[in-house]
Amino acid sequence: MTIRRKARYVDLHLCNSCGDCANVCPVTAPDEYQMGLSSRKAVYIPFPQAVPCSYILDMDTCLGNNPIACGKCADVCEKQAIDFDDADELVTREVGAIIVAIGLDVYDPTEMDEYGYTRFDDVITSMEFERLICAGGPTMGHFVRPSDQQRPKRIGFIQCVGSRNPKIGRPYCSNICCMNTIKDTLLLADHYPDTENFVFYQDIRAFGKGFEDMFQRSKEAGTRYIRGLPGDIEEDPETGALIVTVENTTSGRLERHELDMVVLSVGVVPAKDRDKIAGLLTLSKTSDGFFMETHPKLKPVDAPTRGVYFAGFCESPKDIKDSVCQAGAASSRAGALLNAGEIKIEAITSVIDPEACSMCGLCASVCPYGAITWHKKEVATVIEAACAGCGACGATCTFGAITMRHFTDDQLLGQVRAILAEQPEEKVFVFACNWCSYAGGDMAGISRIRYPSTNRVVRTMCSARVSEEMVLEAFRCGAPVVLVSGCHYADCHYIDANRQTVKRVQKLWDKLEKAGVRPERLQLEWISAAEGQKFAKVMQQMEDKRKLVTPDEIAHAREALKPKKKKARPAKKEPAAVTEATA
Amino acid sequence: MATLDKDSELRIGVFVCDCGLNIAGAVDCGAVCEYAETLDDVVCVVRNKYTCADPGQNEIKHAVREHRLNRVVVASCTPRQHEPTFRQCVLEAGLNPYLMEMANLREHCSWVHPGDWDGATAKAKDLVASAVGRARFLEEQVEMAVPVTRRALVIGGGVAGIEAALELAEQGHQVTLVEKQASIGGIMAQLDKTYPTMDCSI
Repeated sequence: MTIRRKARYVDLHLCNSCGDCANVCPVTAPDEYQMGLSSRKAVYIPFPQAVPCSYILDMDTCLGNNPIACGKCADVCEKQAIDFDDADELVTREVGAIIVAIGLDVYDPTEMDEYGYTRFDDVITSMEFERLICAGGPTMGHFVRPSDQQRPKRIGFIQCVGSRNPKIGRPYCSNICCMNTIKDTLLLADHYPDTENFVFYQDIRAFGKGFEDMFQRSKEAGTRYIRGLPGDIEEDPETGALIVTVENTTSGRLERHELDMVVLSVGVVPAKDRDKIAGLLTLSKTSDGFFMETHPKLKPVDAPTRGVYFAGFCESPKDIKDSVCQAGAASSRAGALLNAGEIKIEAITSVIDPEACSMCGLCASVCPYGAITWHKKEVATVIEAACAGCGACGATCTFGAITMRHFTDDQLLGQVRAILAEQPEEKVFVFACNWCSYAGGDMAGISRIRYPSTNRVVRTMCSARVSEEMVLEAFRCGAPVVLVSGCHYADCHYIDANRQTVKRVQKLWDKLEKAGVRPERLQLEWISAAEGQKFAKVMQQMEDKRKLVTPDEIAHAREALKPKKKKARPAKKEPAAVTEATA
Repeated sequence: MATLDKDSELRIGVFVCDCGLNIAGAVDCGAVCEYAETLDDVVCVVRNKYTCADPGQNEIKHAVREHRLNRVVVASCTPRQHEPTFRQCVLEAGLNPYLMEMANLREHCSWVHPGDWDGATAKAKDLVASAVGRARFLEEQVEMAVPVTRRALVIGGGVAGIEAALELAEQGHQVTLVEKQASIGGIMAQLDKTYPTMDCSI
């Protein structure tokens, strides 16, 4: 792993956090820690308890070390800790286990214009609430409203802002917002017993230990819980009061509340960096964007990539206690791996038969891991320790020179022929990759999502393992339709091996067309491990397509796709010999 | 471990799991067994209530010895769950673990086709035939052992990352904690009080 250590421009070890630098810094910028509710200098400490407890120089706002422009901080620093020449540094670490704990981002409610966040000063988010009520916040914990610095007397909380809302593409529950609001109402009741608090909600989810008790205490403290989410917020132009209209679904009445302040209880969203991390570690995500674990119940902290584990929010929305629990589980899993000292690698690697190799180098060009070495006019060789076992090479080699251990041509063709031996016209033939599509089928099973029973799945490690020959053999055996399915394009478990899948399927479509076989009979779909619903949907679609295929079409494909007699090559003629030689 | 004689005949054993009613409730397991008996090279078919449980595994071990099986097909659940279980089982019976193949009658069949007795049973038969078709060509494999670097990387210095890093360090491992911000603490550090205990976040 190569890590970029970002330049701080202040020497960590010399800085004693005295703050002299910040006192003389002439620049002000919004303070991110205080949610922009106050300002900081260009040289600053993120927050008083920061670790490491050292100042940092924000080069985007700093005027620079030009003596005409500034450089005051360097002049005043007795420790001479300011280093304008500091630069990013690349650090390399070899590791045996990785715990992914990249956390979350907070939903930005600006797009939900009906609530007027950014239009009305006194509509704030729950994160801004945290800073305003905190003794270490910009107002030293005096809870005032931003518009006039006066203490609000009537405060409304709107739940599920950015959660459980399919209209904005966020159908999931953010898990923490109900309890966070309940906590906020208790804080207000404690600090300012005379405030009137209103919570507008669709359901209160207080399922954890001690949660219901908190909810009851909040109600006892006078908080009014109104079941219904307001349609919009308006501002009274004269008084500046916020007018919230809501249908109370418990009483069935339309209510109008005049409030001094509204707190949007914002949901949480997957961290922005998730795609980058997913790419680096070949992780897959749910449709909501959270990382997918190996098994939702039995392997809840393991990533499908061995040696990678999840902790905290990045796997699914959860609160602090659950994050701590999961971190413990992840470190325990990682520790077990590290303590073992070695791991067994599944014996699914490719083997090249030097006799049959035509020295074309095609296999080396498709290997995502660079595990095949090849030079012109030389036989290609596999570096076994680097081979991850996708099988892209085996499916690409047209000379039968590559055997994928444990996923050989014979084994897979044996499955094709066995499945289609009887009444093939009634079957939907499916190739599914182990990590995503097959797992998506498992997910459909675990979730008990029904679909037609006509499909027959053959598992390969990667969709790139599915060779032309396997698909053609399925049609020759009378398959009405064939599906090749794999991980989503950017989420391939084998870096980008499924690009080969796309190329191969496109080639097959051309081939089918030329042979007078409708290309629609071969389909390509990406189904992730989390997409049980999609798996079921695709199987239904394939079944619909199967019904449109006529017996004549099936008979035609059987004939038209028969292998043409080529000049006999030793490898082609005796594939069994290859298997034996490499076994 | 007994090694395969290349010339020796294929002797495949098929073990069909009821999984209580998880499979047997939607699939005619008896019919699947009868069908399996008709397949070439299958010399022994056993129906289990729970193949993964000790009695089920013992039946596999017993049959491997009794019938001199050199390939095992377990028709039960997804290999993504129990492949390691049954690989270990056949290993203990003296077979190379790679000579075991699974047919997924549960996640891919009974759980998704309840009420479609005939359709699910036909599919289950095909899945068993497919596994047997593959098992005929299975070969012994030797796994490679790779050393693990005894150091961990934790990406993210919020409450989960900090906790995970500390736990690993307590176990005696070297840990590198990577945080993109200037300070660790994450979003939790921005909170005032936290539920349900109403104590400070930092």
